[in-house]
Amino acid sequence: MSLRRWRAQTRMELALVSRNGESLLLTLALPVMILVFFSVVDVLPTGSIGGDPVDFLAPGVLALAVMSSALVNLAIGTGFDRQYGVLKRLGATPLTRLELLAAKVAVVLIVEAVQLTILVLVGVALGWSPGTGLILVVLGSLLATVGFAGIGLTLAGTLPGLVALAAANGLYFVLLLSSGMIIPLDELPDSARPLLRLLPSTALADIAHGAVGVNSGLGARPWLVLLVWGLVAPLVAARLFTWEPAR
Amino acid sequence: MPAISVENLVVAYGAHTAVHDVSFTVSPGEIVGLLGVNGAGKTSTVEVIEGYRRPTAGQVRVLDLDPVADHGSVAARMGVLLQEDALYPGARPEELLRLFAHLYDTEPGEADTLIEAVKLTDSRHTAVRKLSGGEKRRLGLALALIGSPPVLILDEPTSGVDVAGRRIIRDLVKARREAGTAVLLTTHELDEAQRMADRLVIIHEGRVIAEGSVEELTAGRIGSGIRFQAPPGLQISELATTIGVAVTEPEPGSYFVAGEANPELVARITVWMAERGVMVGDLRAGRHHLEDVFLMITDQAETGETPNPPRSSPRSRRSGRSEGTPT
Repeated sequence: MSLRRWRAQTRMELALVSRNGESLLLTLALPVMILVFFSVVDVLPTGSIGGDPVDFLAPGVLALAVMSSALVNLAIGTGFDRQYGVLKRLGATPLTRLELLAAKVAVVLIVEAVQLTILVLVGVALGWSPGTGLILVVLGSLLATVGFAGIGLTLAGTLPGLVALAAANGLYFVLLLSSGMIIPLDELPDSARPLLRLLPSTALADIAHGAVGVNSGLGARPWLVLLVWGLVAPLVAARLFTWEPAR
Repeated sequence: MPAISVENLVVAYGAHTAVHDVSFTVSPGEIVGLLGVNGAGKTSTVEVIEGYRRPTAGQVRVLDLDPVADHGSVAARMGVLLQEDALYPGARPEELLRLFAHLYDTEPGEADTLIEAVKLTDSRHTAVRKLSGGEKRRLGLALALIGSPPVLILDEPTSGVDVAGRRIIRDLVKARREAGTAVLLTTHELDEAQRMADRLVIIHEGRVIAEGSVEELTAGRIGSGIRFQAPPGLQISELATTIGVAVTEPEPGSYFVAGEANPELVARITVWMAERGVMVGDLRAGRHHLEDVFLMITDQAETGETPNPPRSSPRSRRSGRSEGTPT
């Protein structure tokens, strides 16, 4: 692996993300708006949790931000790179697949660091006190990023660009509403909960709520769920991903 | 030793064989044009050379390396221009060239030199999505040239490029040829192939049906030919019978008579037209055109006749009409 090539590719990817309005909306503006709006306007069914809405929302939105970067943004960006033939073109250069993927992962992690910093500051400004559990959120986010990225790359590497865009956005909204990020899992149907707890988004939200939110205690289950997704999703992506544009 | 060597290449996709037993070479300091209609097998052949796919059978070597097994080494010494633009829409020419300078481990300053060479100085900070089609092709060429690779694979380099842009591209490619670069050029634009290539390889239905320099391909076998314009849909079989040589209508309203141009043949054509009250326009005799040769060779392949020079016994179908017996 060449550090020079990896650094150059990371710089390029970071520049593209930073000047992509849709990407910034998805990764930064939407999570901040959700956190501020639903913390101030008490319309979500967070009453069953107790405490201020921000105490429930802030950890959930941290999980949402990680999902938006590592899954949705990565799927859309990589899907269009593939559709435009950019991945094919890069495949004819000395850049290796490992260097390309490492650059994409680096960009996801940089964006997540910015997201988490801004969201924590906004949350604190809204009256949230995260405490020292943030380190667990960071660890959970790193583990979840692997699984989310596997899902995102599977979408990007198998579907045409526009279809990947639609699928990633659809998934975003489904997981946003069903993973306990902004609506407590207890408010969702009993029969669906066991299944929803197997989602990586739910697992990350559980870890965030347990570490810096209103839930007391943090079991091993969400870590195990993230670990399984982190092992399986990248393998599926590696198996199914095609570099050439979908025809 | 050739820079690119393709030996008995076969490329199959399931039951469909796109390339049958294709062989050719490209030497250092040579531009070889790979010509063929859509679906002829050009892209499949080139993609094996570029290392995108493995051959079903046969062997491809680039600088004596296997493009798939030795992909890293080959990629570092091969510049590629794909048929599609294949550029980040949000990136700017200068940063793309600097990225590629890092990928090819060359001096970032080469990016500035190439930006000037492809005349993109004024657009160096413009997003790719805002560049014209010609500017994108020139940028694609600059990216292929970075690091001065000894092998260049250029797919439709002048497609969608204006006259001035074509000259820039032509001059740059020829300059690299003079510096010893081996260039494989695939194109539909036969005029460009005629202007740039030292040697042509014509592929039809996945087989090489002719190979040689433009002069070799246009010499002798088909005569000098006569071209003329007239209303489309003339009874060319009747005309061919009357004048005794093959007549084709490669495009509606554009006709080619494949005989040796002489005053008698011209007179017979114009008399036949006059008898039918048809006006002849833009009649040109005695000029060779690669397009004529290309159509004639693919016609010969289609009818099973031996092309020039003989390489195979092709079967094919192409657009346009053809009647009579080629001389």
